[in-house]
Amino acid sequence: MTAWIAREHHRFEAAGKPFVYLVPSAAIFALDDAADAVLRAVSAKPHTREELIAVLGDRVGPTLEELVRVRAVGELSAPDAPQPKVIPLAPFPLTTMVLNVTNQCNLSCEYCYEYGEDKIVDTENGKQPKFMSEETARQSVDFMLKESGSHRMAHVTFFGGETLLNFPVLKKTIAYARQRAAEIGKEVDFSLTTNATLLKPEIIEFLAANQVGVTISIDGPKEVQDKFRVFHNGTGSYDIVAPKIKELLQRHRSRPIGARVTLTSGSMDVKRIYRHLTEEMGFWEVGFAPVTTSPNRGHAIADAGYDEMLGQFRDLAYDFLEASVAGRHHGFSNIKETLEELHKGVSKAYPCGAGLGLLGVATDGDVALCHRFAGSDAHRLGTVHDGIDREAQRTFLEQHHIANKTDCHVCWARPLCSGGCYHEAHTRYGETTRPNLHYCNWIRGWTDVCLRIYGELSERNPAFLTQFDRDEAEGERVS
Amino acid sequence: MNHLRAVNRKAVRVERATDHDVVALQRNGLPQAPHFPIGCSLVFSPGWEADRTGGTAGLCQPVERDLFDCHIGCYWPAQVPDQLNHAPDWTAKCAAAQKDWRRIDLIFP
Repeated sequence: MTAWIAREHHRFEAAGKPFVYLVPSAAIFALDDAADAVLRAVSAKPHTREELIAVLGDRVGPTLEELVRVRAVGELSAPDAPQPKVIPLAPFPLTTMVLNVTNQCNLSCEYCYEYGEDKIVDTENGKQPKFMSEETARQSVDFMLKESGSHRMAHVTFFGGETLLNFPVLKKTIAYARQRAAEIGKEVDFSLTTNATLLKPEIIEFLAANQVGVTISIDGPKEVQDKFRVFHNGTGSYDIVAPKIKELLQRHRSRPIGARVTLTSGSMDVKRIYRHLTEEMGFWEVGFAPVTTSPNRGHAIADAGYDEMLGQFRDLAYDFLEASVAGRHHGFSNIKETLEELHKGVSKAYPCGAGLGLLGVATDGDVALCHRFAGSDAHRLGTVHDGIDREAQRTFLEQHHIANKTDCHVCWARPLCSGGCYHEAHTRYGETTRPNLHYCNWIRGWTDVCLRIYGELSERNPAFLTQFDRDEAEGERVS
Repeated sequence: MNHLRAVNRKAVRVERATDHDVVALQRNGLPQAPHFPIGCSLVFSPGWEADRTGGTAGLCQPVERDLFDCHIGCYWPAQVPDQLNHAPDWTAKCAAAQKDWRRIDLIFP
């Protein structure tokens, strides 16, 4: 007598209807009443078919078959085999290179992972030059074009330190990359992140004319921004950056411009920050990230803080939903990214592309996992002169696969999270291999919110979701 | 499917992938669960005693798997024709191995 039991899944409701998110496939199915009843029964305890029929009636038969077919339900005596550990084959095409053109900064944000108490690299007295040379930047471009393999499109993100402190090299690098890419029939797309303090008309003109995507690091209204984002002498930066950002937003219309907010224990008013940055400042979109820090710092977000943050994110997500149903733009970028991943049904072997399709380059040309590790010898994956160290890359991929993160194997959110940011783990636990167990509840809560929004959209405005299909077609076309 | 509706793209793929599944092993009285032959049984390699249902159908070695699996994906030596190159149609008249095995063509090398 076969007993049936629910496989890993997360049930949620949206628009008054039941849905199920299946793990590890990341498939989302809408359930009718019968399917919902069967799934709930076998979630509570194992049932034989006869037991199910006794409780729920004859409709059980075909319903059970469908649930078994999509692997929402399986035999009690035959648990699913663990997912195979598949390591991507090298060479994996490089799609994004983050170029740390300088490790210097004109601000002294207390929480900064590059300068603050949790820094990995000694940017003052370390071996790296303070600014990337033109020569190293050119070598980086050649490196990227070579490593991008068959991809026609490559992305360069300029980063720092404060990126614009090395504007001359940035400018020459863009020209050089355009020329080299054109010679071999490729295209390069550029973006940068800046604190906006050094924006001036000629820089803005250049960024607009060259269609350079711009992300501004800003924490919100004056009192929030000035708490951490200060100059070396302690003065807040809001009054300096606000007019420059407005000028940028007015004149740079060739790409949507986003704000990137760091949330700390002292600044958790997500909705107010969002409104300020969109309605008052004019940003097209705003993304939020909790500060990366060791837990004992004053600005670290504690458990209660994550709950508070989740509540705020949820409210903003429902604003996003209403706007999207009505066909209006809403700039809450965190949710858009997650919705896209839910729509495609991604089930990740790694939390991000670091060390795979994304690499960071330090000022001396050392290649690292990502920009946050640039310059760290322990996280080096080669140099732009000698190419990627394939052995180091292979070891990294072996060690960081989701199959190694046994804590995650019982979590339904792992297809999306896959253990979370390596840098966050390194700062928290001293090891990039560790899953970020301190924010599991937050991740599951947030993923649940996104699933509900996704379900609502699938019922109320399915056309909204087709934009993610177009994005994919675009991606496939250029690659 | 009538009771589930695929919502995201992965769900569509799951539905499609299980739509035309080759169910080589048919067990009476049970719904035809998707079956993905991927090699040997968990414990015995090649398995030869009993599978998880107490039968032999799920094992690597019994004739119904020997015919259809072993000669392509498994190291176990199966006495079957080269279906990839030499005799692509040798099982054309055999829809279900348990029932139709008499109709498998004889192939002479």
